[in-house]
Amino acid sequence: MELLFALVIGVLVASGVYLLLRARTFPVVVGLTLISYGVNLFLFSTGRLATGSQPILGSAESYSDPLPQALVLTAIVIGFAMTAFVVVLSLRNQADNDDDHVDGRQPEAVTEPESAEVSRQ
Amino acid sequence: MTLPLVVLLPFIGAMFAPLFVQAGRTAIAIAASVPALIALAALYPHWQTLADGGVLVQTYQWLPALGISFSLRLDGLSLLFALLILIIGLLIIVYARYYLKAKENVGKFYSLLLCFKGAMLGIVLSSNLLLMLIFWELTSLVSFLLISFWTHKQDARRGARMALAVTGGGGLALLAGILLIGRIVGSFELDDVLAAGDLIKAHELYPFALTLVLLGAFTKSAQFPFHFWLPHAMQAPTPVSAYLHSATMVKAGVFLMARLYPALAGTEQWFYMVSFTGMATLLLGAYVAMFKHDLKGLLAHSTVSHLGLITLLLGMGTQLAAVAALFHVINHATFKASLFMAAGIIDHETGTRDMRRINGLWRFMPHTATLAMVAASSMAGVPLLNGFLSKEMFFAESLQLNLPGIWAWLPPIVATLAGIFAVAYSARFIHDVFFNGKPVDLPIYPPHEPPRYMKIPVEILVFACIMVGVFPAISVGPLLYAAASATLGGDVPEYHLAVMHGFNLPLMMSFLAFFGGLLMYSQRKRFFDFHARFREVDEKAVFEAVISNLVSKAHRLTARIENGSLQRYAMLLVVSAMAVSLVPLVNLGIAIGDNGLSPVDWPTAVAAAVLMVCALATALMHRERFFALVLLSVVGLVVALAFVRFSAPDLAMTQLSVEVVTIVLLMLALFYMPSWTPLETTTGRRIRDIVISLAAGTGMTLITLAMLTDPFSSISDFFLENSKPGGGGTNVVNVILVDFRGFDTLGEITVLAIAALGIYSMLKNMALTPPPGDGQGHPWTRDAYPVMLRQLARPMLPLALMVSVYIFLRGHNLPGGGFIAGLITSVALILQYIASGMIWTQDRIPFRYHNVIGIGLLFATVAGAGSLAFSYPFLTSTFGYITWPVVGKFEVASAMVFDLGVYLTVIGATLLALVSIGRLSPHSAIKSKKEGA
Repeated sequence: MELLFALVIGVLVASGVYLLLRARTFPVVVGLTLISYGVNLFLFSTGRLATGSQPILGSAESYSDPLPQALVLTAIVIGFAMTAFVVVLSLRNQADNDDDHVDGRQPEAVTEPESAEVSRQ
Repeated sequence: MTLPLVVLLPFIGAMFAPLFVQAGRTAIAIAASVPALIALAALYPHWQTLADGGVLVQTYQWLPALGISFSLRLDGLSLLFALLILIIGLLIIVYARYYLKAKENVGKFYSLLLCFKGAMLGIVLSSNLLLMLIFWELTSLVSFLLISFWTHKQDARRGARMALAVTGGGGLALLAGILLIGRIVGSFELDDVLAAGDLIKAHELYPFALTLVLLGAFTKSAQFPFHFWLPHAMQAPTPVSAYLHSATMVKAGVFLMARLYPALAGTEQWFYMVSFTGMATLLLGAYVAMFKHDLKGLLAHSTVSHLGLITLLLGMGTQLAAVAALFHVINHATFKASLFMAAGIIDHETGTRDMRRINGLWRFMPHTATLAMVAASSMAGVPLLNGFLSKEMFFAESLQLNLPGIWAWLPPIVATLAGIFAVAYSARFIHDVFFNGKPVDLPIYPPHEPPRYMKIPVEILVFACIMVGVFPAISVGPLLYAAASATLGGDVPEYHLAVMHGFNLPLMMSFLAFFGGLLMYSQRKRFFDFHARFREVDEKAVFEAVISNLVSKAHRLTARIENGSLQRYAMLLVVSAMAVSLVPLVNLGIAIGDNGLSPVDWPTAVAAAVLMVCALATALMHRERFFALVLLSVVGLVVALAFVRFSAPDLAMTQLSVEVVTIVLLMLALFYMPSWTPLETTTGRRIRDIVISLAAGTGMTLITLAMLTDPFSSISDFFLENSKPGGGGTNVVNVILVDFRGFDTLGEITVLAIAALGIYSMLKNMALTPPPGDGQGHPWTRDAYPVMLRQLARPMLPLALMVSVYIFLRGHNLPGGGFIAGLITSVALILQYIASGMIWTQDRIPFRYHNVIGIGLLFATVAGAGSLAFSYPFLTSTFGYITWPVVGKFEVASAMVFDLGVYLTVIGATLLALVSIGRLSPHSAIKSKKEGA
């Protein structure tokens, strides 16, 4: 079971990293989401894998570790907030620059006057 | 309290002096004099103790863990410098009253001057070396502001920048040196450091410590090769030049060497570094001074030369030389400050400082001329003036150095040569300015005597020159003795202060210098021709070139590292994280801990397989964006199942609802984006990325495997034990969130709120035109919102809300709570938006989501602060039981109010984010454009 769990995390991270390295905003966001699944599962599993022992007092013989669960719970919610933020950032980029690249390559027409101004400074 | 009073009063004065601006320059000058007068009165009672070799130490704790204390120490040496700072400071205040024009920013000037005075007093009175360094840096900063006081002048700004760069850089070296000394001695207190001289000198780090400390001292005291900043600092108003750049700040380096003399001096390294630097500076400054046409430029180079003289004396390492050094500090401060003031008067009255134009002023201002001539004679070392006495001691000491062979001749020759130059430039100062024909083309003509009171400071200083020159033993004898005894650690050699010591070799050297200098001046034409053959190097241009070169290199480096490509940053981040963990991971290998592996059951294996296939498919088919999104949602759902499978019901519920919200969000965003990703990267690049991601995945697998099979102990037993008795709930995860770790949760919902508000403000007034159809070119459907969905969604809302209330209320004891209930409510509302449209739904929502976020945060904070009222720490919770009809016995905890805050914030933040994006729909865009126009 542990091996399977570790493989799942590995696959999530590998897929996520590959998408993170793409040149457009949307795959990057999807990649980040995949990585955060992997990381959440990893953090959660620092309390080790337990079956039928939810940390609700009186409901089981033994209890799984509640602390990682509490941490991951907020991590999931904050992860959503961050995803939303990044998505909106890319929307804004799309609106302002009419472009969804994240590889530093920008439409010539937009960058030319700006870079000229910078070099003059 | 005396010493802190002395140091801190000027700073307090700096705050209040500008308040007197309206009352005029005289009022502000009087106000600015108060701190120095009080300080002098406060120091007076201690005079007798200090003269007898006593030391006054006053210590206040500051940061004991770092070895920094606010400890001040007054002995003979610091008294000598403190008196110079205070008394010359007072004279400068009077002088500046007449020097500055009424329309200038007099308040700022006096304020800075007082700050400087406080910082300088701090340097000389600090007992803790780190404290001293703080004041040291403060003088550099204030000096920067004072040099650039006339901010409209480019030369002033450049000179200030140069001074700051050089002295600030030296300050960094000094910091390193002090830290080394502190490491060797184990204390930063001066008493400990001075007592540990032998320990320091024997230590292997001594060469480094000494070099670093001397770098600090040499830059501050304008020693070769760092001397170039001082002449350019002459762009400052003349009172500043007289005070900072001749009498006090540039002496800080000399003070430092004298202060640490018992701890650092007396070694070969000290001798060679200090005395040769001093010699080079002495000669170079004196030589260049002759050729300067600018009055202040001449004085500045002369200052450089005299500072070199003092440094050389300190470097000689003999006790008598140290006494001579201290004596020359006093003498140089008096004659040079008065000369600067005279130069300022001349500048003030003629409008120029160019000695080729200022001639024959004797006829116009005989009073000022007399004063300046006496001071200049002292600078030249004419008998019966104070400059002569210390120079005589210097000549005597230069003969005492035991250098091997022919080198023994070097110090006396350098000394005499520098003496000749000094006489020559002093003669030039006197002859060129006050005689030598008539003024040439003066901006202000005819010049006349300055206001009466402007000359008083000069008169006092010149009087001091004469008094010390004629009656040295009576006037400065006791002070010099106290200072020497403090510098040398109580071991003062026999010395005799007298006007004449009979006919001896030093006197011969003086004669040689005097007549040689006059001869040289009379033949100045030839020397000027000789000097003109060398191209003059403008240090400022070189400095500016070096700086701009550095800046452009830094720009290029930044541009190379930071090229704007997120792809590259992400790659570097991942690769460097892997590089860091490479060695431990290789050592780890496929490690299976002592707990071993547990068996796999079929349903779990199938779910895991689904998850892995979907995750890989998401990556492989990401170019079809919509399809990738569907696959992603499957991955999220299986992750939620994984939480169920491994005993985390709260996480499963959270994951499930967040998954719904995330996918809706991404679909909304996808509407405005291209629906597929074009193939842009090369195959090689993709292979590289696949290798990187496979390596990352393998690493994570290995780490997870090793971690999962390793036995561990957790701090969670505490939470399990105390959840019920302490927090009043059986759902330990929820109790941790709202009680044990409530402060964390408060921070997290604040982040959530900030993210949502950030999203709102980013999207506000943004016009984004959606593509006319989907990626395949099909136009969007024209159908209104689907009837079936709409009819089903509406009755769902009250049901869903009830579920969320139930989940919220039971959260303390069973899976649920504010986060999950908030998400469920959000999903229910989002369903309405999807089913019935933005406008229809928004019309029926009677509140703004901003307010919901605000109220939520308020609830959470108030619930936490409530415990303060009962003098418990922030976020302490309490609980009790009430019996409700139907529900039965029910627990109410104050943490519930906190959880309600969480609930509201989550709803507000989630919906604000989604609704902001939803509002970008074509109708809203058109509407907002109309409004904008």
